[in-house]
Amino acid sequence: MPDSDTLAFADRPAGSVGVVTPHVARFDTPLALACGKVLPAYELIYETYGTLNADRSNAVLICHALSGHHHAAGYHSEEDRKPGWWDAHIGPGKAIDTNRFFVVSLNNLGGCHGSTGPVSHNPDTGRQWGPEFPMVTVSDWVASQARLADHLGIERWAAAVGGSLGGMQVMQWTMTYPERVANAVVIAATPRLSAQNIAFNEVARQAIRSDPEFFDGWYAEHDTVPKRGLKLARMVGHITYLSEDAMGSKFGRDLRSDDLNFGFDVEFQVESYLRYQGDTFSTAFDANTYLLMTKALDYFDPSATQGGDLAKALAPAQCPFLIVSFTTDWRFPPSRSRELVDALIRAGKAVSYANIDSPHGHDAFLLSEPRYDAIFSAFMNRAAGELNLAEVGKDEASEDATSSEETP
Amino acid sequence: MMRADLELIYDWVPEGAHVLDLACGDGELLETLANNKGVTGYGLEIDHDGINACVARGVSVIEHNLDDGLSSFCDNSYDQVIMTQALQALRRPDKMLDEMLRVAEEGIITFPNFAYWRHRVHLGLRGYMPVSKSLPHAWYDTPNIHLSTFNDFEHLCREKGLMIVDRAVGVGDHQGHWKSRLWPNLFGEIAIFRVRRR
Repeated sequence: MPDSDTLAFADRPAGSVGVVTPHVARFDTPLALACGKVLPAYELIYETYGTLNADRSNAVLICHALSGHHHAAGYHSEEDRKPGWWDAHIGPGKAIDTNRFFVVSLNNLGGCHGSTGPVSHNPDTGRQWGPEFPMVTVSDWVASQARLADHLGIERWAAAVGGSLGGMQVMQWTMTYPERVANAVVIAATPRLSAQNIAFNEVARQAIRSDPEFFDGWYAEHDTVPKRGLKLARMVGHITYLSEDAMGSKFGRDLRSDDLNFGFDVEFQVESYLRYQGDTFSTAFDANTYLLMTKALDYFDPSATQGGDLAKALAPAQCPFLIVSFTTDWRFPPSRSRELVDALIRAGKAVSYANIDSPHGHDAFLLSEPRYDAIFSAFMNRAAGELNLAEVGKDEASEDATSSEETP
Repeated sequence: MMRADLELIYDWVPEGAHVLDLACGDGELLETLANNKGVTGYGLEIDHDGINACVARGVSVIEHNLDDGLSSFCDNSYDQVIMTQALQALRRPDKMLDEMLRVAEEGIITFPNFAYWRHRVHLGLRGYMPVSKSLPHAWYDTPNIHLSTFNDFEHLCREKGLMIVDRAVGVGDHQGHWKSRLWPNLFGEIAIFRVRRR
């Protein structure tokens, strides 16, 4: 049984899971992908937080978004200043309370943070997978996540939880493995991308693919990376993650220096910010992975096989859903979450929906906001109650008390 | 112990019914109906605390402004639509009544009766807009923009050709009292109607 990865560290912030160490699981059973290709073997890197209970009923799956990864909470070392990407919601006393839940967070197939992907070695060719890494879809990810669950001995998730592209994986779980999900939380997501969403993704892809350093995806063999393309892709993406208001209040028309310089160097603060975001990303993320992830987004449409009827596609789902959107999210606006909600209602599923007032656009799903935290916690607490999950420490304590009473 | 008007409504909802509860508040009615009568359905609410309370007790609740209508709900997809204490706060109560009876064959509606004798005293004798237990707001900050009476509502139902299945008086000192049964428009503080399409 996997123990918690978390170690106590002296001055860890309250509500943090502390220092965590990733694990790697290897799978040698071939995985048939939606694109028709077969991945003969693969590895998934994952982290866990909290303690798996004796009957393995308290596991929560975290599904990551476009540029996310397995490091969702805690720190990788005591010197590490930046916690995992969803630390706002995972930890002791937080919405996904690690005192009760055992949290599993992985890097998806095709990722560039340790799971098998374009940067991995292709045993058939002896070179890096690069652009030859097969196209992976949300369904493929869910199939691989199910194998990770098997590997960990988890028959049924207490909850599958995800934001944005992560929310799509949660939807897919409820349709593909309805009996293996007790609760589903889908945040700032959409049941399928709009033409505008696909258009933005295509701009990002073209930025990468037209970079002279891209070399048709074989940049690694040329000892380079398409930094400019990746930077542009991230800049475009980043604009869609923020709201107009958030950008306005953060940067306005502020200049970096006092005067206009009538040139094309950075003048406005917002330009500086976007360039910085792009630069940071362009050295930290793999271009082929970015291309794959955006295609997975574009392809996701569970209603497609049901003549466009999303309610019909969701018919197999069995669990209660919590759907959350944010008022200023224009990437996946509230109306898109509402489409999902309406389909779930038409399908007669248990579903609750909240549209949270936040100025932070799509990025709001990553942040803490009192109302968001409250409804997320309320849903997870009810889930824990219905599954009879005690706080793991307390549960053990009460067992000890019982056994000591029985012992003469 | 539920609010008195909810107790009455509880009795009017058949076993195993599929219902929509408009302005469901903290979800107490839906939870009680689900637990005791196997009733399924959804609550609509805009109050954040109400939504949280519903989620905490496992009641399916959708954040939804009733003034946006019920267009996302299909015709005849519910057995009953319940709306307690919200009619008077809607922009177009008449349109909502149409919507309710499009989505279900039967509707249960409760609202404060503006013709209640205390309200009449406030307005008729003292010359002030009524303020009471059922109408606690001042005229300038009240969400209740379409106040009506037992008689008004019955008139609207007649105009729309709706059948009034049941009519009751809820809450207040006169609940179940012979005077409020005889003269609900004068002695009933809360109007409760069960209406049906013909």
